Amino acid sequence: MRDTIRFLRSGKVIELADVGPMDTVLDYLRLTERATGTKEGCGEGDCGACTVALGRLVAGKLVYQPVNACILLLGMIDGAELVTVEDLSSEGRLHPVQKAMRDLHGSQCGFCTPGFIMSLFTLYHAEGMARSRKAVTDWLAGNLCRCTGYRPIIDAALSSCFEAADDAFAWRAGETREALRRLADSRDIFIGTPESFFAAPVTVEGLAAIYGQHPDATLVAGATDVGLWITKSLKSLPKIIHLGRVAGLNRIEETTAGLFLGASVTYATAEAAMGRLAPDLAELLRRIGSKQVRASGTIGGNIANGSPIGDTPPALIAMGATLELQQGDTQRSLPLEEFFLDYGKQDRGTAEFVTGLYIPRPEANQFYRCYKVSKRFDQDISAVMGAFRFTVEGAEITQARIAFGGMAATPRRAAGAEAALTGASLDDPSTWGPAIRELSSDYTPITDMRASADYRMEAARALLAKALMEASGASEPIRLNGAAHQSGEDHEHAA
Amino acid sequence: MPHDSHLVTPDLTHVHKSLPHDSAEKHVTGTALYIDDLVEPQGLLHVVPGWARQAVRGRIVSVDLDAVRSAPGVVAVLTAQDVPGLNDCSPSIGGDPVLADGEILFYGQVVFAVVATTRDAARRAARLARIDVEAMVPVMTVEDAEAANVTVLPDYQFRRGDPEAGLAAAERRQSGSFRVGGQEHFYLESQIAMALPGEDRSMLVHTSTQHPTEVQHVVAKVLALPDALVTAEIRRMGGGFGGKESQANQWACLAALAANATGKPCKIRLDRDDDMIMTGKRHDFRVDWAVGHDDTGRIKSVDMTLLARCGYSADLSLGVIDRSMFHSDSSYFYPDAVIRSRRLRTDTCSNTAFRGFGGPQGMLAAERIIDAIAITLGLDPLEVRKRNFYDASRNTTPYGMPVEEWQTLHSIVEQLEDRADYWQRRHEVRAFNARNHVLKKGLALTPVKFGISFTLKHLNQAGALVHLYTDGSVHLNHGGTEMGQGLYQKVAQVVADELGVTLDKVAITATTTAKVPNTGPTAASSGTDLNAMAARNAARTIRERLTAFAAERYGCPPAAVSFRNNRVFAGTSEVSLAELARAAHQARVHLSDAGFYASPKITWDRETATGRPFLYFAYGAAMSEVTIDTMTGEMVVNRVDVLHDVGRSLNPAIDIGQIEGGFVQGMGWLTTEELVWDGQGRLRTHAPSTYKIPTASDIPDHFKVELYDSPGNPEETIYRSKAVGEPPVMLANSVFCAITDAIASLRPGHVPPLDAPATPEAILKAVRAMKSGGAA
Repeated sequence: MRDTIRFLRSGKVIELADVGPMDTVLDYLRLTERATGTKEGCGEGDCGACTVALGRLVAGKLVYQPVNACILLLGMIDGAELVTVEDLSSEGRLHPVQKAMRDLHGSQCGFCTPGFIMSLFTLYHAEGMARSRKAVTDWLAGNLCRCTGYRPIIDAALSSCFEAADDAFAWRAGETREALRRLADSRDIFIGTPESFFAAPVTVEGLAAIYGQHPDATLVAGATDVGLWITKSLKSLPKIIHLGRVAGLNRIEETTAGLFLGASVTYATAEAAMGRLAPDLAELLRRIGSKQVRASGTIGGNIANGSPIGDTPPALIAMGATLELQQGDTQRSLPLEEFFLDYGKQDRGTAEFVTGLYIPRPEANQFYRCYKVSKRFDQDISAVMGAFRFTVEGAEITQARIAFGGMAATPRRAAGAEAALTGASLDDPSTWGPAIRELSSDYTPITDMRASADYRMEAARALLAKALMEASGASEPIRLNGAAHQSGEDHEHAA
Repeated sequence: MPHDSHLVTPDLTHVHKSLPHDSAEKHVTGTALYIDDLVEPQGLLHVVPGWARQAVRGRIVSVDLDAVRSAPGVVAVLTAQDVPGLNDCSPSIGGDPVLADGEILFYGQVVFAVVATTRDAARRAARLARIDVEAMVPVMTVEDAEAANVTVLPDYQFRRGDPEAGLAAAERRQSGSFRVGGQEHFYLESQIAMALPGEDRSMLVHTSTQHPTEVQHVVAKVLALPDALVTAEIRRMGGGFGGKESQANQWACLAALAANATGKPCKIRLDRDDDMIMTGKRHDFRVDWAVGHDDTGRIKSVDMTLLARCGYSADLSLGVIDRSMFHSDSSYFYPDAVIRSRRLRTDTCSNTAFRGFGGPQGMLAAERIIDAIAITLGLDPLEVRKRNFYDASRNTTPYGMPVEEWQTLHSIVEQLEDRADYWQRRHEVRAFNARNHVLKKGLALTPVKFGISFTLKHLNQAGALVHLYTDGSVHLNHGGTEMGQGLYQKVAQVVADELGVTLDKVAITATTTAKVPNTGPTAASSGTDLNAMAARNAARTIRERLTAFAAERYGCPPAAVSFRNNRVFAGTSEVSLAELARAAHQARVHLSDAGFYASPKITWDRETATGRPFLYFAYGAAMSEVTIDTMTGEMVVNRVDVLHDVGRSLNPAIDIGQIEGGFVQGMGWLTTEELVWDGQGRLRTHAPSTYKIPTASDIPDHFKVELYDSPGNPEETIYRSKAVGEPPVMLANSVFCAITDAIASLRPGHVPPLDAPATPEAILKAVRAMKSGGAA
């Protein structure tokens, strides 16, 4: 048992015993260290002004990822190197990304700039990135700038981030790796009292045990949602159990039959394997949150907290995913759609937790598509999210799995449309109409700040029609942005 | 004003150069200090505003603050009863209570303020209040306000000729109505102020404001102090965009009230949600229009009514809506015109200044009229635009100001049309639309003509304070504020060249009412025009004194004295500026000066609606290409080309930055940025999770901004430059018109009923109307 957290900062190990369960990294920096370079712009992880970099060992390699310090709990950085904007320049010499931003006029008011610098720093250290504008804008979509219009920042990234890393961090990477290795241990962390604590168990058994003792505790994987309960709702969450150190929960197993993702696997880590299941899943993941959110957030968390606006549940329901849970030493699994009972209510027992998720790989005769519609393409919550898996014999749809987000209080399958589509022909669009119309019986969407009920219904119908058009080999492009498939030429799955 | 006949024109080693922003290095290293980064004084307390979270409009029945007062860390709780002076922070005619008194006027109105030892304690305590409000049905929309006939200011109009007869006589007539949404500023640094009490009840307020003088005045009124005991200071804002012109007042007042009540320094920094809920935004409008024109698309007569939703108070709505009216012609000549405006009162936050100050809404209405004419006549919209441009014989605006630079307008549009290949691409867009049924492309080239000057005449003045020290270094101060636009840098370049020093010798210092008094806001794009002139005048006076001194000392004519690179050349002699400054000081020559400048020519008289409101116009044009998805309403901007007139640029890199940033901000306003109030009158889009400003991936790969090769501003502005802050916002009208163009391709001859912002939902609604034949 350890009653401190330890992390690396400017080459030194910082060990903190006084860590409250709700303390954030941003407050630690600004209020405790009085390091004011990192800014608070929104306090909810949507603007990126508070971006800092976390260095961790991944398969022995030192990897820097951007995270939003405002919603990251301080205890969660245990075992990492924390890098902030103050650390980049040395002896009056600017870091290459800082120099590029200055020389190319990448700052105006300057308030968002430290966050951009840190995102650029992580891009600078990212391996295997091909220089492209798309790579840059994807990397920076979580950093809002209201002054520049982004062009000079994109130019600064293109000119500075795609050479081999040659900065103080690269020069001392060996020492850093060694220091991080020394920090890694397999002791459970428990800081606080039984009434108020930050805990980070290292085994599934340990997790089951402490959660069993404290079923009122809040489980935290990436804190990209729970962080907001603290910073925005001002909820009191005196007991935090962090999943990030639990061995095995970050497991990814990829087979020809399917993909298993442990509950603490982040979006960023899952992206490649998800893309191999279906290209649309990679594109969907790319549009969930931002680089910062995807570096922290987990698919398990997206499912477990049952938010009606989560994008992965409908996508995975249509894939036919199953969810695995554990309570004490009892394990069970269930089809993902059955987990979501009602608004804010999931099929999760006392002290029961999600351990992972299994997603079957689409068969050769299964055609999968998912689409996200939002006001802004990147880093926006869907107005409507539609996911479709058609099983096809010849041109006939023998089975359809259709799930939508944003259309009901929970992510839900469209039973009526699925039934109506069974037996329809991909070659004959006149057989699609009943299923498209049936969506209005399947769902009664609401009007809110993202879209009206009418729009949601119309867009949902359009998405089903699009999936059918693409499945049938549409003769013209029907997607605007980031299209994994520009037209219907891919028939590798269909028939 | 110094007379410069004997002065050598300074060598321009800094002016016209693309030098980095003065704080660029501090920005990228995180060492630029914003108010929340200043070293906190001992005993600092934190202030958080409290409000009735369910109330929109109604009488306050009771306020129970017991739980707030007894919460951990709470030192004081302030209400309207605790205001020693006037409980109002209005920038204009009043009506903006610092703390609600008796009634709630809008969702988010501040009722009390918690003062606590930590910000966290104050935030938590603020949520413990119990406020009982007798709810009234709020007036929310333009239509609600029209029905109730409630306004914040009287209706106003100007007219030329006989527009009714013009309409009646026109070969063709059409009319329409459309909506233009508001916009949240979303400066990245939320509103903040820190007040430090001093002796004799004096108050120093660090305030993130575009208008320190006004903060000084309102704080003095609220505390019942003479202006002279209040100092307002700001080194830099983390963005302003008009949102800190009047909207910074209330927070400075609350910090000062708390500091006054507790005797301790007090800081207030708004949560993002509180900021977005409580502060005013860009005005949203319904515009009703009628136009008479001929078969070639030439306008004969325009009748336009601008119905603005002002919110609960007047704030700056007088000037904002006037500017909408001044720009309701865009770049087009209206032979007969009546431009009417209503400043409607709604029970919402008080809408305020936002980059463009009403101009964008007025101009967009003009572009809608042009598009409607072009679409119904089956003409290319660019042709119709050009046919209606101001020209040699038709060059007076509906309010009587001559458009002297109409040739600049023509030249910019023709050059852009050529460089961005309008006609070839028009052909390609048509071909694409013929081939594709789901995706449709649109193209538009739209002009900008934006009037430069405050339409409130007395604001067109500025002051500066320049000191030369005996080591040759220079202290620079002026009344303009830095919000990222590069004002400090541009003024420093001007002063460095005036005194012949390198930039590292010029110390740029925070704007403070203690150094330069009685300033106007940094607004109306005028910051550089006014403050660079004032600072140059100050520097020039010092140079003039030194020139006379050096001429005498070295026995040469004044014309043989010049200053460059920190050295002074006098006849055959050469000394460092430091040495000359020391000698001058020994000889009791004054090495400091307060400069002043007032813009010439402005004669606007609102009562009679005559005269000249602007010193000059800034011009530009943009061409945008978009693709829409007619099944979902989604849209991407594929390509943008801009040509913009900044006269002779003081700093091309900074000017291009303003143009790019303005364009993208305007694009956000017209596309993804949607403010949504629910049925009860509560703003639902109050954080970046729900309110979507553009992000890096929304910018087209091809986003090319060029400066127009200008012979210089015909007016005698600072080095013949032109103002650049606001005009580029309206370049984004090209995006909206391109979307209109794409939708119009679905049903030739019919005008898409597209409202702004063109969200996927708004686009799909217009698409559906076109397909069902329900379009105008």
